[in-house]
This record gives sequence, C-alpha cells and structure tokens, in this order.
Amino acid sequence: MEYLPNILFAILLVGALTFFTKNVKRLSRNIKLGKDVDVSDNKPQRWKNMAKIALGQTKMVVRPIAGIMHVIVYVGFIIINIEVLEIIIDGLLGTHRIFAPLGAVYDFLIASFEILAFLVIVAVVVFWLRRNVVRIKRFFNPEMEGWPKNDANLILYIELVLMFLFLTMNGADYQLQQLGAEHYTQAGSFPISQLLAPIFDGMSIPSLVLVERSAWWLHIVGILFFLNYLYYSKHLHILLAFPNTYFGKLRPKGQFDNLEAVTKEVKLMMDPSADPFAAPVEGAEPPAKFGASDVMDLNWVQLLNAYTCTECGRCTSECPANQTGKKLSPRKIMMDTRDRLEEVGKNIEANKGEFKMDGKELLGDYITHEELWACTTCNACVEACPVSIDPLSIIMDMRQYLVMEQSAAPSDLNNMMGNIENNGAPWPFNQMDRLNWEKES
Amino acid sequence: MSNELKVPTMAELFAAGQQPEVLFWVGCAGSFDDRAKKITKAFVKILNKAKVSFAVLGTEESCTGDPAKRAGNEFLFQMQAVTNIEVLNGYGIKKVVTACPHCFNTIKNEYPGLGGDYEVVHHTQFLKQLLDEGRITMEGGQFKGKRITFHDPCYLGRANNVYEAPRDLIKKLDAELVEMKNCKKKGLCCGAGGAQMFKEPEKGDKDVNIERTEQALETKPEIIAAGCPFCNTMMTDGVKNKEQEGTVAVMDIAELIATAEDL
Ligand code: SF4
Ligand code: SF4
Repeated sequence: MEYLPNILFAILLVGALTFFTKNVKRLSRNIKLGKDVDVSDNKPQRWKNMAKIALGQTKMVVRPIAGIMHVIVYVGFIIINIEVLEIIIDGLLGTHRIFAPLGAVYDFLIASFEILAFLVIVAVVVFWLRRNVVRIKRFFNPEMEGWPKNDANLILYIELVLMFLFLTMNGADYQLQQLGAEHYTQAGSFPISQLLAPIFDGMSIPSLVLVERSAWWLHIVGILFFLNYLYYSKHLHILLAFPNTYFGKLRPKGQFDNLEAVTKEVKLMMDPSADPFAAPVEGAEPPAKFGASDVMDLNWVQLLNAYTCTECGRCTSECPANQTGKKLSPRKIMMDTRDRLEEVGKNIEANKGEFKMDGKELLGDYITHEELWACTTCNACVEACPVSIDPLSIIMDMRQYLVMEQSAAPSDLNNMMGNIENNGAPWPFNQMDRLNWEKES
Repeated sequence: MSNELKVPTMAELFAAGQQPEVLFWVGCAGSFDDRAKKITKAFVKILNKAKVSFAVLGTEESCTGDPAKRAGNEFLFQMQAVTNIEVLNGYGIKKVVTACPHCFNTIKNEYPGLGGDYEVVHHTQFLKQLLDEGRITMEGGQFKGKRITFHDPCYLGRANNVYEAPRDLIKKLDAELVEMKNCKKKGLCCGAGGAQMFKEPEKGDKDVNIERTEQALETKPEIIAAGCPFCNTMMTDGVKNKEQEGTVAVMDIAELIATAEDL
C-alpha cells in the first residue's frame, strides 16, 4: 500500500510518454510524406536563425504587447520544466522536494518559478482579453471559427489552471512547513504563494496535506495531458518552432526555386544536337508532376511548416490581398495544408500503411483557385511569420500545378504568357520595337 | 532640355571592340509602357550626363520571364532565362543595372542557377554609387523641403533588402522624406506583383493599389516616389482614382534626379 502512489505515478508517466511517442511517430511519418528537399547547406546560419528567432523570439517582439507577453509565457514554460523534473523524481521515488539540498539556489529557483507563474497568469489573462474582449481582428477571420478558436482558448485555460495549481501546491506546502509537518522539508522561498496564507489559515495538517497532494497530482496530470494535447493543437509550435526556424528559407525572399525537372527539359529543347524523336531512356523516371495539387507533392519542410503554424494570423493581417477583402489568407493556406495532411495520415492508418485515393485533394477541396490567384507574391506573409513559415512557397507550387499540369490560368494570364512566348514581352508588342523609346520625344 | 539621348547597343559596342562598364537592362515596361519609357529616358539622361559607359541590348533583349514564373509557368520562365543568359554571356556581361525590381530580382537571384552570373544592381543603388563616387552631383533646388514619401517595391525591399539607397537619394534632394504607416520590411504591395499586373484582381472590398495610395496620401505628400515601373503605374492610377493628380505627383527616383538636374 505504501508504494501505491509511486506505482500509480509510474503508470501514469509511462502511459503519457507512450502516447506522446506514438503521436511523435505519426507526426514524423506525415511530414515524411513530403518530397525530399536538401536543407543541409549553411549550417552556421541555420543555427543562428534558430537561436535568434525561436530561442531569442526576435520576430515575436515586432509586435510589442503580444511579443513581451509571449516571452513571459515562454520563459515561464522553460523554467517551470525544472520544477517538473523535480515533481517527476519525487513522484517516482516518493521523496519530497528532492532538490531542496541545493539550499540558497533552491530558494532562488522556487522564488523565480513563482514570480514567473504569476507573470504567466497576467499574460494569459491579457491574451484572453485580446481574443475575447478586445477581439483583435486577425483572430476573427473565417478560418478561425470552431476548433481553432476553441483550441486557442483551451490552451489559455489550461495554462491558467496549471499556474494556479502550482501556486496552490506551494502555498499549502509553505503552511505545512510552518507547522513543521512530517515529510514537508523546510525549503524554498514563496514570494507569491505565501500571499495565499489567509486561505489556509486554521486548516489542520491533514486537510493541508490533502490540498497540497491534490494540487500536486492535478498539476502533473495536467502537464502530462498538455503534453499529449500538443499534437492536436496549434500549441505544437512550442516544439516545432525550433526545427522549423532551423530549416527556414535562407536565400533572398524574392528568389524562387528553379524547378530542376523543367531545367532538364528546357536544356534538351535548347540543345540543337539532341534528337527530338529519341525514345525515352529505358528505366528513366516517369516525368514528375509539375507543381503541387496535394500534400504529397509538397516538400517536407512545407509540411513541417504546416504543423508549426501557430495560427497567429500575423501573415494574414499583413497580406495585401486579405487586407483588401480578398479570399486569400496565408494562414488558411497553412491550416488547410495541416488539415489535409492529417486527413491523409488517418487514411494511411485506416488502410494498413497505404494511402487509398479518397477523391479529395488539397487543391480544390481545401484551397480554391481564387485564393491562389489573389496572391501578389509580395512576401509580406513570409516576413511577418514569427516562426519562419513560408506560405508563399505553397501558393507558388499550386500555381505551377494549375498552369503546367492543367492549363488553368486566368485567361488574362494566358494572354500574357502567349505574348512572352511570341514577342518576348508580356504585351503584344514586337521585339523589334524594343528600342523605339530612344527616338520618341 | 536636350532630347538627344546617347544609347549605344551591345551589338554596336561589340562590333567596335568595346566593352561597357555596365549593361542597362531596360525591361519590358521600360521599353514599351508609355509611362515607364519616361523613367528609362530619365535614367539614360543621368547616365549620359555622368559619362557612364553603358549599353543596352535593344532588340536582343527579351522578357526576363518574371511574370511567367510568378504566374506558375516555370517552363516559359526558364526558356526566357536560358535565351537571355545566352545573349548576356555571349557579350561577356559582368555588371547589369536595371530600373525594374522584377528584372533585378530575377536576374540577380534566379539566373545564377541557370548559368547566368552577374553583378546586378538596381538603378537606385547605381545612382547612389555614382553620387558617392562624385560622378553625379545633386542640388536639391526644386525639391527642397518638399514632402516626398517613398513606396517600397516588394521585389526591391522585402525580397532583396534594399531599403536605404532610394531613401538616401531622396534625402540628398533636400526633400523631407515622410514614411508611410507601412514601410520598409512592412511595406504594402502596390498590387502589381506576382503577375497581377496582367489580370483583373480577385473580388474584394477594394483594389490593393487604392489601399496603398490611401496610405501614401495619409502622409500628405507632394510627391510619391517609386522605384519600379509597375508600382509607378499602380500608384498613378490610385492617385487618379482619388482625384489627387493635380496636387500629388508620382515619380521615379531617376525622374526626380533628372528633374533636379534639369536634364
Ligand atoms: S505573398 Fe501572397 S499570401 Fe503572402 S502576403 Fe503577399 S499576397 Fe498575401
Ligand atoms: S504562417 Fe506564421 S504568421 Fe501565419 S498564422 Fe502561421 S505562424 Fe502565424
């Protein structure tokens, strides 16, 4: 009986970690559905970007209120993990405050956790108000209805509850220490939770122990729940922001990839010595599909992007098309990609590891032509994203599919392309007239 | 004002066994669009005045392929690119200057992967360079104290991080540079990029160029300065739409300098 809590704790921990591992595997399988892309270049710059953008949060603070609040929650999250480590060891060994022998350092640690926990509560309240009372515009685009909205609020509620539990636990612990209760080591410094003392005033030791234990258990259960909630939530960015900023685009924003498959064909066409009637080489790969119509046509960095998206909408609020009332929302492009990828993943699971055609595609069923053609390729979304996501690359890949596989460009664009092909200019002017401006007054 | 422009072509110089310091890539807009041709001429006047040895390709120039690529037609883009690169490499071109940020971006960033490696500068960068080297002088004169706002072209600014050269030039005119609510990294597109210039915009509340023009007009400018022929058209249309063409002029940086110098 004595070991029951320890055993219970061990089961809980193992269960939570097993489930988490399963989700991580799912995540990596889905991301690997994407095409390969070489991102092994320029490692020093990549590490630097990750340190600056993910760890240093440089892009978050572009918007100061959200930025600073976010930094608090983020630092709180990282620091409180040390506390979680103690909780896990205590839980497994049946000890209490195992790090207490650190003495003054421990006091300092606990005190800073408490202050951070308090600041996190403040930040979470501010975030909640921004979403639900001030109703910041970018949180109310059409793509934010339903789950995305609930998800965002749920994250805030969970964080709030976790912080309250943490402070309650410490508050009761502090009382128990004062009363010299057995097992409750005298350790730590409680600048915030000791303010809760009046609540515990006059409570007996057993009741205090009950409060402390309940808070302790709920706190750790909450954390383990939160860990497993990540996969289903935009909150996944707390993990993926790191790889995502590492793999983010390094070249100038205006530089789009030159499709290699096209280069090969163009070279053949331009090479006067190539035999146009030559039979394709035996065993040569069938010509790749140009551009993307579904998630498997995207590369894995784009799919990682989709899982990393925090649905913050900074991209959308900077998008000129969106600002002027057009259907395009770069955030929706990312959310659609993730939703479709999840759907494909479930399909694979249901069909014993193989994808069975479901008559659906990212293009058309999720993202419409109208959205794609509204993009001015201005890169505002790419610049705005605090976690180095590139919605524009997905838009471009889908446009390529529309044009090169389906010849489905708007007719004006077909005219423009026809002109370039015939006259070397997007307008119907003769190439021989290119220097006429020199003579005109 | 002298109307005599000296515009040597690469073919002429090549025949004479000469190599210019820089190739001026005029671009489709600069060659054919009536408004943009004025920018081309203003820039050439400055080049002539500064005695820069340059040449154009003239009838040998073709579209860089930028609008085709942004529209999704990678084939057409690469065909254009490869053809242009053949011409440029044939002449042994080392340095290219252009007044079009789209040509600038494409030749600078996307041509190298297809065999075209050149030093590519935007005309505002080139003019800044001429100024720093003392090859041109700019006396503010006419623009002294005038309120000028600069619209960042996406393909110059965000796409390639060129923000200061055009601003430095405006300041050199002794003008009062006023920034819009969205500028530099946060600049707002004029609505022409990504091949939008060549099609009707999608349905919405308003057109992008109107939104951008409103932002520009909020600064109460006398002049909206641009560094891109497409932005120029979009902003000019926007100003007309707001019936402000009598009070607000849209001018390219090259035109500002040419006018200041009375060229
Ligand atoms: S690049 Fe396209 S999607 Fe991104 S902000 Fe510009 S117009 Fe919007
Ligand atoms: S793509 Fe980036 S900026 Fe846009 S919603 Fe997602 S995280 Fe935010």
